[in-house]
Amino acid sequence: MNSRRVWFAGITAQTMIAIALLLGALQNVAAADKQPADAAVKIDNFTFEPQTITVHVGTTVTWTNRDDIPHTVASVDGVFRSKVRDTDETFSYTFSKAGTYPYYCSIHPKMMGTVVVQ
Amino acid sequence: MPKHENLIDQKLNDLNNDGVDRRGFLKCMAWAGTGLVWTLSGGIPVSEAFAAKMGKKAEKASFSFVQISDSHMGFNKPANPDVVATLQAAVSKINGLAEPPEFLLHTGDITHLSKPEQFDNVDQILKSASAKDVFFVPGEHDVLDDNGKSYLDRYGKNATAGGWYSFDHKGVHFIGLVNVQNLKAGGLGALGNEQLEWLEGDVKTLKHSTPIVVFAHIPLWSVYPDWGWGTQDSTQALGYLKKFGSVTVLNGHIHQTMQKVEGNVTFHTAMSTAFPQPQPGKADSPGPMKVPAEQLKSVLGITDVNYVRGQKSLAVVDSNLA
Repeated sequence: MNSRRVWFAGITAQTMIAIALLLGALQNVAAADKQPADAAVKIDNFTFEPQTITVHVGTTVTWTNRDDIPHTVASVDGVFRSKVRDTDETFSYTFSKAGTYPYYCSIHPKMMGTVVVQ
Repeated sequence: MPKHENLIDQKLNDLNNDGVDRRGFLKCMAWAGTGLVWTLSGGIPVSEAFAAKMGKKAEKASFSFVQISDSHMGFNKPANPDVVATLQAAVSKINGLAEPPEFLLHTGDITHLSKPEQFDNVDQILKSASAKDVFFVPGEHDVLDDNGKSYLDRYGKNATAGGWYSFDHKGVHFIGLVNVQNLKAGGLGALGNEQLEWLEGDVKTLKHSTPIVVFAHIPLWSVYPDWGWGTQDSTQALGYLKKFGSVTVLNGHIHQTMQKVEGNVTFHTAMSTAFPQPQPGKADSPGPMKVPAEQLKSVLGITDVNYVRGQKSLAVVDSNLA
């Protein structure tokens, strides 16, 4: 029961816990940087909202059809194309390359949107 | 009935201006019953109350057929939770016509999602119609996901590979066109070069006096481009039909009746048997339009077309399902 030893052990333990917590926090921050974000586009009233969406490389964009009519999401350049999506159905695509991706609804071709990937 | 007055004004605005004063004559005319008969005599539209006209027509008509459109089998949203019932009501209407039609034309959006059971369902319901022959053209809802394979497997047997075709009936030449495939971003309906070339050849040797009926899903005239209500290469198609004295173009897609006369060509769109859509520009988008349940049948309908041998043009009569 050397009080000094106990004190020393206590400080060491606290320091180790602090270091552990700090390392943990740093790891989380690092992980957040590596984890791709998600982005959402709503389809309603024959419109893609937002009409133009800008995302980072690696982002998964998910389109959700909130309209009472089916739509599709079709890249003008053939990069992606959903099956028909009825009300509440979704379509997701992960953009792994930077660029500008115009798309439209192949059923109602006046409906158009763009994904800008940076 | 304010809605009908708007329709009259719309038709007046669409008519060609050739110096003949139709306005006073047409505005004096009464809108009777559930249908309006438009006939063309010498190029001037003449309208008569439906009930009065039909008696005479039945004796003289060489044949009649019925156009139905946009049954959207599989649709079940508030605008019409029961498209089966309304299609059955359309069949009852067909079966109640004074002159039984010799066949039906379906101008597309047969199904809502191109599903096999939806096509089956429509076939099953139409079996109860007095007319046993049905000629189809696809709507954009009939060619989803598989490039139209399900549609073509069913209805493309007597058609070209692309689904367009023609046939003759008692001296009238019928042409079914497909303008819902390979639609381009920002575009309208499209026929494509292959189909246009086929059309040119199909009508080349026909006499100018042959009455022509063209049927296709999306309107072949520019109804409202902002909503995709038009066909970008229809002018070329109509060019091949310029020589004919009588051309009737029957379309669907817009879920309301609209008519336009341009020289020898009468354009006409049918009501849907499933749900109505707003008039051009009167809503944010051309989607299903909800009306009070008790009014639904009054905005759905069929189109009865009468051909009288010797008369220049066909008489086109719209009836709602009320």
